[in-house]
Amino acid sequence: MAEKMKGANDSQTDLTWIGKSWAQVDGLAKTKGETVYADDIFLPRMLYAKMLRSPHPHARIKSIDVSQALKRPGVIAALTGKDIPIPFGILPVSQDEEALCVEKVRMVGDPVAAIAALDEETAEAALEDIEVEYELLPSILSIEDGLKKLEELESLAPDVPADAQIHEYADSGNIHKQVALEFGDTEAGFAEADHVREELFYYEGNTHLPIEQHAAVAQHGADGRVTLWSSTQTPHYVHRALAKVLEMPSSQIRVIATPVGGGFGGKTDPFQHEMVVCKLAMMTGRPVKMTLTREEVFYTHRGRHPVLMWVKAGMKSDGSITALHFRNFLDGGAYGSYGVASTFYTGALQTVTYPIANYKFEAMRVFTNKAPCGPKRGHGTPQPRFALEVLLDKFAEDLGLDPAELRLRHLIPDNSLTVNHLTVTTNGLGECLRKVTAASRFQQRRTESSLGKGFGLGCGSYLSGAGLPIYWNKMPHSGVQIKIDRGGGVTVFCGSTDIGQGSNSVLAGIVAEELGIHLKHVIVVTADTDLTPVDLGSYSSRVTLMTGNAAIDAARPLREKILSAAAEVLKIPQEKLILRNGKVANINGSGEHVSFEDAVQWAESKYGTLGSVGSYTPPRRGGKFKGAGVGPSPNYSYSACVAEVTCDPETGLYKVDKLWLAHDIGKAINEQLVIGQVEGSVYMGLSEAMMEEQVYRTKKSGSSTSSAGIGPDGLHKIPSMLDYKSLTSLDMPEVETILIETHDPEGPYGAKEAGQGPLLPVIPAIANAIYNAVGVRVDEVPITSEKIFQGLQNLKKGKSGQIGPKKFPSITFPEAIRVEVPQ
Amino acid sequence: MKQLINLKINGESHEVWTSTHKTLLEVLREDLRLTGTKHGCELGECGACSVLIDGEPVLSCLVLPIEVQNCEINTIEGLAENGVPHPLQKAFAELGAAQCGYCTPAMLMTAKALLDKNPTANSSEIREALSGTLCRCTGYSKIIEAVEQAALKCQMEEIHG
Repeated sequence: MAEKMKGANDSQTDLTWIGKSWAQVDGLAKTKGETVYADDIFLPRMLYAKMLRSPHPHARIKSIDVSQALKRPGVIAALTGKDIPIPFGILPVSQDEEALCVEKVRMVGDPVAAIAALDEETAEAALEDIEVEYELLPSILSIEDGLKKLEELESLAPDVPADAQIHEYADSGNIHKQVALEFGDTEAGFAEADHVREELFYYEGNTHLPIEQHAAVAQHGADGRVTLWSSTQTPHYVHRALAKVLEMPSSQIRVIATPVGGGFGGKTDPFQHEMVVCKLAMMTGRPVKMTLTREEVFYTHRGRHPVLMWVKAGMKSDGSITALHFRNFLDGGAYGSYGVASTFYTGALQTVTYPIANYKFEAMRVFTNKAPCGPKRGHGTPQPRFALEVLLDKFAEDLGLDPAELRLRHLIPDNSLTVNHLTVTTNGLGECLRKVTAASRFQQRRTESSLGKGFGLGCGSYLSGAGLPIYWNKMPHSGVQIKIDRGGGVTVFCGSTDIGQGSNSVLAGIVAEELGIHLKHVIVVTADTDLTPVDLGSYSSRVTLMTGNAAIDAARPLREKILSAAAEVLKIPQEKLILRNGKVANINGSGEHVSFEDAVQWAESKYGTLGSVGSYTPPRRGGKFKGAGVGPSPNYSYSACVAEVTCDPETGLYKVDKLWLAHDIGKAINEQLVIGQVEGSVYMGLSEAMMEEQVYRTKKSGSSTSSAGIGPDGLHKIPSMLDYKSLTSLDMPEVETILIETHDPEGPYGAKEAGQGPLLPVIPAIANAIYNAVGVRVDEVPITSEKIFQGLQNLKKGKSGQIGPKKFPSITFPEAIRVEVPQ
Repeated sequence: MKQLINLKINGESHEVWTSTHKTLLEVLREDLRLTGTKHGCELGECGACSVLIDGEPVLSCLVLPIEVQNCEINTIEGLAENGVPHPLQKAFAELGAAQCGYCTPAMLMTAKALLDKNPTANSSEIREALSGTLCRCTGYSKIIEAVEQAALKCQMEEIHG
């Protein structure tokens, strides 16, 4: 499909590593318990830290007294916000977090003080010695309240100070961010449509639930430098935030990302506990460790935003979408985090899956007194994806078309621009749809299925890395450095961070391929700001494409040097030589060959010390309008999913029998790792489709008082792994993965992302399958049996079987920025 | 209150002077630095801290060391023999059953307990046995596959020596 392909010898044929399956380079260490995660670090004289957290959702801090805590035997230091007051945040526009709250707390769980002690137990006990005086403020716990004018909220809570604004920098009141964009003319588009639908959808928030709790260890060395080991997906951004908060030059700080025991986007922000351990280490001159409890992990969150959506779509009888209009309200929680980007992402990628002639997108993110939402696998995209894919299922019914046929009729051509100016280089959705429906016999089995048996289809597309970095700069997004030892060992240095997805293995595999050596001769050193060139981190599905391209860029000049030196010694023209299987040999297989080791020594004799650097910067793309920075990517992956469910038409209890998932991977670098990413995405999508909910206690609008027994407003309802339900090995159905390769010209060897896109189609596929099984439309996530039961009851009464939000806030959005449709 | 506790771990005797209320998980990790055993909740919910006590998988965060002084405790550090990985470890690594690797020690120890008792365990028996240990990366498929493959390997070794 692609015109240009990249790879060793610029050929896709005869590759040694790429496209094959090999074990993760660090896989065996993980099975032996040798991998050192952050909490596995023990340093001499190490102290343990704990943070005291607010029991109130919104309150002013009147005073904090740590003097009693300091008297407790074993307590070494105490810290409050005044000692470390500089705000930080992942996005330059949302520097709204403090290591420890200074003037007010904005959620239950906001930290206000920290203790370092000889052991964890003492630190924890000392928290009870700290006296904090709070003055309660009105609490805002829903999208509806977040949209209210401050005066209205304040009048609802007359017993507390009139201060209902969570952050002063919000666009207005508690509306953190508002966006309004129109591409083309949606009204004209609706006028052209044969069918128009207007629907409401709701997607509840949920969280990453990594099995590893966040942990960090800091050390302040004799040289005055601070080293932080942390379970983070983004050591580079943590490095920048630490320099700011600690008021130290970056050169005096080293951040090492330890192997991450599950991230999924939840370890992508700089965090309070990271700042606090560094400061305590500096205060005490001793290493300090902090590991969050599971309950604290729930409050640290940054998970899926709850989103309430209103969608209007117009379609011609042939199934083409003439106009699409989304209005989204995001419940952001107490801090900005990635929220501004999340807000844009609830609109930006809707246009990449199918051609949309005219598109309007309006969104508001509100601050509420709950744990901050941020990027979870799929970042901002699963919510509108769910809405649109369910909507298409409804349109297919209106039109009397098979849902797959409806989608297949209208595919985005390769090398084209979407209505919002995103470049699609290759699109494998058609092939995904054909393969997934054939494998599941979707058309036939769906129409023939009896009551209680259902088949549903969903599709999606996702970016392979954001086209722009988080802070504005023109530097590369990924850098790779390679050095070669005289014995033939190749060390690859890169800031990329392995979170279990296998980025270390991809890095090693690409360098092994380019240099024609066995994987075991490649050593990867990653995610250490002292040792490795910057890579922006493991987020936005960027690593394989970006570090992969940077690795190729670094390896090829070395390959040239080795071949050139060998050519000179062997007296064979360089273009006739090839590096493969640890040897330099004649391309036609004739004559003598020399070992990689010898060739490396010849090259070092000729050129001096062997080393090189490579980098990758994504192509500059996207429109020229405000907000055009969110959405562009070097390429987009495509996925299609079919779900088979069995649902009891009396009770609504259901089980998922099987899932088929076809994914356009561009080119699988390591097939087994790709399948692992697909299966993991399908699992996580299914788990949130069926059961996951991050929900809080709320009483009434503007309420500020606690009542005995149930705890205050804003308290997480289920902050434990027992109550926060996720799928176990008994619940997980069979998944059949089909990989489609479109050989994209932008990816290394043609690769695209795999870590997030396959999650997207799963959720709507379940909703559509339930409808096919029992005739109930659940326009809300999670799709629980209770909701289906309610729909079934309604059907029995002759009412609509549609379950979902009934109300949508009436609020005026700012006038949309109008953008011309690309020609 | 501290007390001298005797523990037999991976066939080796350890004397630990430690607080009697510390959990086995804490003693393994903090006092003995056997950090291969992980934790995800310390409340008996996630299964990540599973170790074997007299061959049975047990959540080490819910056990007091004083209770298991006369028992055989096995942790992930003892699964490989003389540096040679157990067939389960090999299968997990080779098939990509360990992604982030954090639940892996618990999965492996639980799987070992199963295969020791039921060397021909089928896929649904494996799913049942591992259902108390949560994994967020893999969707479980590769884990089940790896245990099946290791079971076959163990049976072959049994037959062919």
